[in-house]
Amino acid sequence: MTMMMCQLLTGLRVYFQACMARSFAALIWLAVISITLIFVWMLADIIWQGVRGLSWQFLINAPQHAGRSGGIGPIVVATLLILMVALLVSLPLSIACAVWLTDFAPSYNVFARSVRLSLDVLAGVPSIVFGLFGFAFFCVLLKLKFSIISGGLTLACMMLPIMIRIIESGLNALPCDWRQAGAALGISRISVLRYVLLPAAAPAIVVGVILGIGRATAETAALIFTSGYVDRMPHSLMDSGRALSVHIYDLSMNVSGGDQAAYASALVLILLIVMLNGLAVSIADQYFAKKGVLI
Amino acid sequence: MWRIDPLMLRIEMLRADRFWQIVLGSLAGMVAILLCLVLAFLVINAWPALANQGWQRFFLDSSWYPLENQFGLLPMLAASLMAALGAVMLATPLALASAIFINFYASTKVAKRYRQLLGLLAGIPSVVFGLWGLTELVPLIAHWQPPGASLCAAIIILALMILPTCALLSTAAIASLPAHLYSSALALGLSKNTSIVCILLPAARAGIYRSILLSMARALGETMAVLMVAGNVVQWPTHVFNSVRVLPANIALEMAYAGGVHRAGLFASGLLLMLLVLLLSSWAAYHDAKLPT
Repeated sequence: MTMMMCQLLTGLRVYFQACMARSFAALIWLAVISITLIFVWMLADIIWQGVRGLSWQFLINAPQHAGRSGGIGPIVVATLLILMVALLVSLPLSIACAVWLTDFAPSYNVFARSVRLSLDVLAGVPSIVFGLFGFAFFCVLLKLKFSIISGGLTLACMMLPIMIRIIESGLNALPCDWRQAGAALGISRISVLRYVLLPAAAPAIVVGVILGIGRATAETAALIFTSGYVDRMPHSLMDSGRALSVHIYDLSMNVSGGDQAAYASALVLILLIVMLNGLAVSIADQYFAKKGVLI
Repeated sequence: MWRIDPLMLRIEMLRADRFWQIVLGSLAGMVAILLCLVLAFLVINAWPALANQGWQRFFLDSSWYPLENQFGLLPMLAASLMAALGAVMLATPLALASAIFINFYASTKVAKRYRQLLGLLAGIPSVVFGLWGLTELVPLIAHWQPPGASLCAAIIILALMILPTCALLSTAAIASLPAHLYSSALALGLSKNTSIVCILLPAARAGIYRSILLSMARALGETMAVLMVAGNVVQWPTHVFNSVRVLPANIALEMAYAGGVHRAGLFASGLLLMLLVLLLSSWAAYHDAKLPT
């Protein structure tokens, strides 16, 4: 009798466990499928509504009627200019900072530790706060006004922490032997860096640039009060220029009947980000093929 | 992680290196100064509001009518916190499910595709999320519970925005656990789901907490997407279908025409936002320190 009870209980337990396992797996699959469906819906929506407004004319022409018709030519140019300024400032600075942190500063150094701490903090600062800072510092104090250059500089500040962090980890991942071998041969550290470490860390630099560009291209809040709203073709870096993301925001919030153009611009923005990523990856590949750098 | 051996530095540096150490060190110093600059400019610009009327005013005044000298930030602060908390509560279970799916349930091929999808989504600009929320989600909610542009819409859009990053970070946290943990749990006769829920998730908790806190910081600081879907009426978030205005959106909306004490008040709210996010990210860094290296 007891035996039978035991068997029954065990059987029930096994059955219960099987039920649990099945429902757990079902829950996981349900969550994943619903996430995928929602995001596919969203992407399909953007592509579907964006493609209708997209043409070569749209990419080249100037916006008319506050962007309801016409194109986004000047806006694409302004976006690329802002990105260029941001990269020109942040890439050398972040490589220098990462190199100093990995190869010149001793890890116990108070100064190095404070640099690392401030980078961590900067990485978490909300973009609107960078916008306020950029407005107060670049636009007002340095008298750069609403211009492409102050927008680019603000974005450079935002990109720095993420780029430095990634380049630093790339340099850190390289074997210590290479540095020691260089030192044993009497080669200066800067030469070891230039001829051995930096080429080997090129993929990390490329990844840092990709993520930096991704963050900068997607940015809206920091640009509204630094690079401004003007949608004319910029003639110099001191002109105000409207970034693509600001254009999307303006079309959807402030311009009634601008949704079509907003979706087309959103599609262009996403394609731009995907294309820049692809470009960076292919550059890295070519670099590897030419130099034959070992990983 | 590889660190320079302290002994190596005692070796006489070559002259070229000494030169470059100074150059690179001063460039790195500029980066450290950047944070001080950001803080200093926020404080300087917020000073007229902080000094003239005292910082308590921001919490004691009943509401935000800067032109009538009312500087109460609390309704917007509450809306910000509720939107961020709601988004995290909505996104975390889904992100954990995604992480478990990638690590334990999906085939290699499916996991790779799913990860690519998440990676693609993590790169989508917030303004695009806002646009989609404004044109698809808000009408959908308005159909059911007008006015549509509401705290609820903000929570859903924020949850969608933080989900990919949170899922990818949690996946990495679970994947970095030693493989023998899972295999020994199975060898002890635990079922798959028990070993995942009772052994692996607790073991990866530091990384998971960290991903949640970082997403929360991002949700708190997010401006554009929330600005576009939340309706932007300054009021206490008493109901999930009410329009609310969050702190960053307030700055973005009013900065264009603000002057004098009003502008100083906006800088002060930026300072408050930064302090909140700093609190969260230092909490995340604390969990980071506990992660096994």
